[in-house]
Amino acid sequence: MSIFEYNGSALVAMVGKNCFAIASDRRLGVQLQTIATDFQRIYNIHPKLFIGLSGLASDAQTLYQRLVFRHKLYELREERNMKPETFASLVSAIQYEKRFGPYFCQPVIAGLGDDDKPFICTMDAIGAKELAKDFVVAGTASESLYGACEAMFKPDMEAEELFETISQALLSSVDRDCLSGWGGHVYVVTPMEVTEKILKGRMD
Amino acid sequence: MTKEAIDMPQKGGFSFDLCKRNDMLLQNGLKMPSFLKTGTTIVGLIFQDGVILGADTRATEGPIVADKNCEKIHYIAPNIYCCGAGTAADTEAVTDMISSQLTLHRYHTGRESRVVTALSLLKSHLFNYQGHVSAALVLGGVDVTGPHLHTIYPHGSTDTLPYATMGSGSLAAMAIFESKYREGLSREEGVALVAEAIRSGIFNDLGSGSNVDICVITKGQKEYLRNHMTPNPRTYVSEKGYSFSKKTELLSTKITPLRETVVVIEGGDAMEE
Repeated sequence: MSIFEYNGSALVAMVGKNCFAIASDRRLGVQLQTIATDFQRIYNIHPKLFIGLSGLASDAQTLYQRLVFRHKLYELREERNMKPETFASLVSAIQYEKRFGPYFCQPVIAGLGDDDKPFICTMDAIGAKELAKDFVVAGTASESLYGACEAMFKPDMEAEELFETISQALLSSVDRDCLSGWGGHVYVVTPMEVTEKILKGRMD
Repeated sequence: MTKEAIDMPQKGGFSFDLCKRNDMLLQNGLKMPSFLKTGTTIVGLIFQDGVILGADTRATEGPIVADKNCEKIHYIAPNIYCCGAGTAADTEAVTDMISSQLTLHRYHTGRESRVVTALSLLKSHLFNYQGHVSAALVLGGVDVTGPHLHTIYPHGSTDTLPYATMGSGSLAAMAIFESKYREGLSREEGVALVAEAIRSGIFNDLGSGSNVDICVITKGQKEYLRNHMTPNPRTYVSEKGYSFSKKTELLSTKITPLRETVVVIEGGDAMEE
């Protein structure tokens, strides 16, 4: 079994018109046994920047704590929040530092940059950035997610429609993956507000 | 305060803290993850006025296409560009690092960077890590001494060539070059030949795909033609798209406003003097 399949996860982020959505599943498992159904995978770095961490849960939590530390230092020095592009470079550098003994973690970063332009990106375990203009996926359900997003995504969707699309893509993909599921957690961010919704999914 | 308690940003270089733990996990039967690779076809050739570099745009993670339109031609200096094949994180990190070192060097010397400088920096870094930094590069540029084209292998060996190909699609691209290359090509002929070589990699090699990126470097000028050719458009787009009439079932909703909504009162009391 691969190290990434130890805990199981599914993460997806999509870009809409002046907004973005990021969604994850809620299962935490130890190989085939489920031990939590309300596990938080998406963290808030600052009101307009979210990071989702898939892969080994302990590395995800450690990496998150290091990133929050670095962002707090940045805020103290620069007296402003980090731009999503800068944050992505920071995560990439922290991961590449561990090139020969990596964190087993694939982050998905989503944020609103200057002029509230949505930014999403994902990385592999050693920090190779993959910027996309439409959607990014990570986790054990990533192959299904690639297919579902490729079919369901349309450019320039408004927040309501974006939420429906990302939820349907997530739920249909995790239904085909034993290691992720047990509902969904979706954040839709527009320049005006952040909407956090918990989805009802199959509990198997 | 112990040193471990302070997690200040390190002075640079690799950190091997987690190696012992990762080895333990491997011994307990867990497999290492696969990293993002750029299967790739990358090429370069020298034409009469300078250098032309070309690359495909597919990034793979095992058998899955992770990125359909990634950038494989990296900036090193205003007159030097480098195409990268191999592990994506390694090619990006190594080219960024040498690019910063060259910028500092330019400030120090006050002169335009030379291709052989970039070559020496890259090959010594890769040799130091004995091939574990898996980056295979095609480096090209024009400096005061003329146009140069080099290939750099992950273990640190280099070649200086008039035309070069690297990556999984290198055999397909080299077949095109060997039959059609000649010295003193014009710009149009050079660009057409590079595009043909990359296309041959895209269509015949499974690790390469999507679009053709080209970079033309001449004395004092460079032209980065991102997505110069897109021979693989998406042809199966459904007109209607997906529409979800039935709403997704929710367990809870929480809305956090980001901006204060300002309430405007018409005809309010005037401020007192």
